[in-house]
Amino acid sequence: MGEIHVMREGYLPPRQPPRRHLISIGDLEREDVERLLATAKSFSRSLEREVKKLPTLRGRTVVNVFYESSTRTSSSFELAAKRLSADTMSIKAAGSSVDKGESLKDTALTLGAYDPDVIVIRHPQIGAPQLVARYTDAHVVNAGDGKHQHPTQALLDLYTIQDELGRIDGVHVAIVGDVLHSRVARSNVQALALMGARVTLVGPAPLIPRGIEAMGCEVSHEIGAIADADVVYVLRMQRERMAEGANYVPSLREYTERWGVTPERIRPGQKVMHPGPMNRGVEIDPRVADASEALIEAQVRAGLVVRMAVLYDLLTTGPVPVEAADPLEVA
Amino acid sequence: MLYGRNGRKDDLMVRGARVLDPAGGVDAVLDVRIDKGTIAALGEGLDANGHRVVDGAGLVLAPAFVDPHVHLRVPGGEDEETIASGTEAAAAGGYCAILAMPNTDPVVDSAAVLGSLIEDAKAQAVIPVGFLAAITRGQEGAELTEMAELADQGAAGFTDDGRPVVAPSLMRRALQYHGITGRRLALHCEEPTLSKGGQMHEGAVSAELGFTGYPSVAESLMVERDLSLAAYEDASLHLLHLSARESVSALRAAQARGVAATAEVTPHHLCLTDEAVRSLDSNVKMNPPLRSADDRAELIEGLRDGTIACVATDHAPHARHEKEVPFEAAPFGVTGLETAFGALYTHLVEPGLLKLETLVERMSAGPARAYGLEAPRIAVGAQANLVLLDTESAWRVEEGGFRSRSANSWLLGQTLRGRPVLTVAAGKVAFEA
Repeated sequence: MGEIHVMREGYLPPRQPPRRHLISIGDLEREDVERLLATAKSFSRSLEREVKKLPTLRGRTVVNVFYESSTRTSSSFELAAKRLSADTMSIKAAGSSVDKGESLKDTALTLGAYDPDVIVIRHPQIGAPQLVARYTDAHVVNAGDGKHQHPTQALLDLYTIQDELGRIDGVHVAIVGDVLHSRVARSNVQALALMGARVTLVGPAPLIPRGIEAMGCEVSHEIGAIADADVVYVLRMQRERMAEGANYVPSLREYTERWGVTPERIRPGQKVMHPGPMNRGVEIDPRVADASEALIEAQVRAGLVVRMAVLYDLLTTGPVPVEAADPLEVA
Repeated sequence: MLYGRNGRKDDLMVRGARVLDPAGGVDAVLDVRIDKGTIAALGEGLDANGHRVVDGAGLVLAPAFVDPHVHLRVPGGEDEETIASGTEAAAAGGYCAILAMPNTDPVVDSAAVLGSLIEDAKAQAVIPVGFLAAITRGQEGAELTEMAELADQGAAGFTDDGRPVVAPSLMRRALQYHGITGRRLALHCEEPTLSKGGQMHEGAVSAELGFTGYPSVAESLMVERDLSLAAYEDASLHLLHLSARESVSALRAAQARGVAATAEVTPHHLCLTDEAVRSLDSNVKMNPPLRSADDRAELIEGLRDGTIACVATDHAPHARHEKEVPFEAAPFGVTGLETAFGALYTHLVEPGLLKLETLVERMSAGPARAYGLEAPRIAVGAQANLVLLDTESAWRVEEGGFRSRSANSWLLGQTLRGRPVLTVAAGKVAFEA
C-alpha cells in the first residue's frame, strides 16, 4: 500500500458543492418534485404567450447524447433547451465516434472538454449516466438508461396526473403490461410512491420482475385489477423483446386477449396514459387511445414544460421565482 | 503439483507471536525457529542460533494460506496479471500456495500448454503455484481433455471454471473418468438457460434497478444435479464459489449421505449482499453474483460448521478500461489475493460472526485438503509455510497499493483491520511489509 500523505489544512482546495444531476427518481425528495412541478406549471403559462422563448438560460450549453433511437424524448429536450434560449448540440451514436469503438468514458471526456452546462444522455446500458457524471463537470440528466430509469418521463406523468385530477396523493394508478423491460414503469413506481399514490402493477407473471413489491407497489396478474384504478397506465409491449422463443408470453395475440386495454375493460371516468410509442391493437385498443379519457397528448405537452423545469432547476438554485418565467425581456 | 522458483531456504526466528495452528491444536505465545526453511523448534525462550529475529509480539503467527481459486490470466491476459505479479500479490496476502484456473487464451487443455506454464512458474513464481487443466477441450463442453496425460504433466485438478459442464451425460463421463487421475474435479455450477443475460442476483434490488436477474436457482439446480451424479457414480467433486443458500443446504445434505464433496466460498460473497449493486460500481459485478442477506448468512454458517471447507478468492484481475464502463458492459470478477484476510477479519471476525481460528483453518488447511495438498502447519519438522498477521492496525485499500497488475477490488477506499506483515512460503521469506 502506498503511504498516506496528509495535506496541511492551508493547502486543501475549497470544497466544491456537489454537482446536481437527475439520474434517478431516487435522487429526489418530495419537495424537489413539488418544486419541479410548480416550475413546469409556470413555464406552461409562459408557453401560452405568443412569443414562447424565454431568456432564462441564455449563454448556457445543453448537449443531448442519444445512444438509442428516440423521437419524443430527444425532440422534447432539444425544444425545452431552445425555449429557454440555451445553445444546444445533439449527438446520435450512429455516425459518431461511438461507431468507431470509442468508449463512453472517452466520449464523456471529449464532450466535457467543451464545458457544457448540462449533458442529457440516453443509453441502452444501466449506469451510463453515472459514468458520464463521474468524468465530466456537467449536470447530467438521464433520458433513459437501459431498463433502469427514465426520470423525466415519470415527472411528466406526475405533472399530467396532477393537472388532470388536481392531486397525486391518494390517486390509484394501475400500470399494465411489460414491467420487466420498462424503465418507465420503474421510475413511475418510485415517483408515484414518493408522492403518495397507490400503484398496482398488472401483467403476466413473466413480465413482472420478482421482488418488485419491495418498491412499494401491489402486483396482480389479472386485468380485472385495473377496475378500481383512477388512472390506467399502459406500457408499450416491446415487440423486439417478444421474439419467438423468448416465451415471456406465448404470443402477442394471447397477450392482447388477456391484458390488452380495451373499451370493455375501462370504466367511464378512468384516465388512460401511455408513454409512447404505442402499438395500437396490441397493448392498447385504438378506441381507448383516441377516446377523450386518454391523456396521451397531454403527456407529450407536459414533457416539454417538465424538461424545461428540470434544465432550469439544475442550472439555478432554489425554487423558481415566478418572474423567471417573464417573457418580456426577450428581444 | 505445485511449482515455483527454487532457491534459498531461509533461517529465521519469530519471537513471541501468538502461534495459532487450529489444525494442529496450537494456540499459545511461542517462539518459532526456522532452520533452512524447516521449522526446527517451537517453544518459549528459544535460542535464535544466530538467525535473524522477527519480533512477533502482539502479532498472530498462523499457517500460511492456500488459495484454491486464482485467475493468473496467463497465457493471453498478461496485461492484467502474470505468474510473477500474481504470486507476489498472493505472498502479500499471506498465501504460501495458489491454484490457477485454466480459462485462459489458449485454454489449458493440453499437456503442451500446461508444460509451458509449469516452466514459467519455475522461473517466475514467488510462491508455489498449481495449475488446473480444463475438463473439456477449449472448455467448450463437448469432448473431455486427455486427463491422464494432463495429470502426468502436473495438473493440480480439472475444471471448466467460468463455465458449467452443461450436458449431464458429459458431466457423468468426467466424474467416471477423472478418478484415474487422483485429482480433484472442480465445478462451476450454473444452469446457463436460467442465468442467461443475468447481471446480478434476481431479487428486490434487481427488480428496482432493472438488471436482468441471475436467480439463485440457476446455481443450486446445477449443484443438485452434480451432487446427484457424484452420488450415483460414487465420485468426489469440489464445488467452486458457492453463492446461494439452497446450494449450501444441498451440499450439507449430500455430505450427510456420504458424498465426497467439498466446496469453497469467496470473501465477497461472505461480506457483501446484492444491496452493494445499488452503487452501480462495476467492482461489485461478479459471477456468481452477490446474493441476498439470507444467502450471505447461510454461507457464513456453512463456513463455520465446515460444510464449506475453503475460502477462495476467485481473484479475477481485469484491466482498468474494461471495468470503467457501465455496469452492464463490465466483465465479471474482482481481485482478492491482497485483501482476503483483511476483508474477512474486518467483516466476519471482528463483528463476532466467525472465530479467527476457523477463518485460519478455512484459508489454509481446508483448501489444501480439498485438493489433496499437504496442509501448512506449525510443527517441528514441517516445511515453513507461515504468515505473521497484524490484527490491530488499520490500513486503507488504495488503487496504487496493489502488487497485482489489476486493481478491480470491491474494497477500494475501505479501511480494514488485519494484514499479513510476513509470509514464509516453501521455506523462504516471500513477503515482508
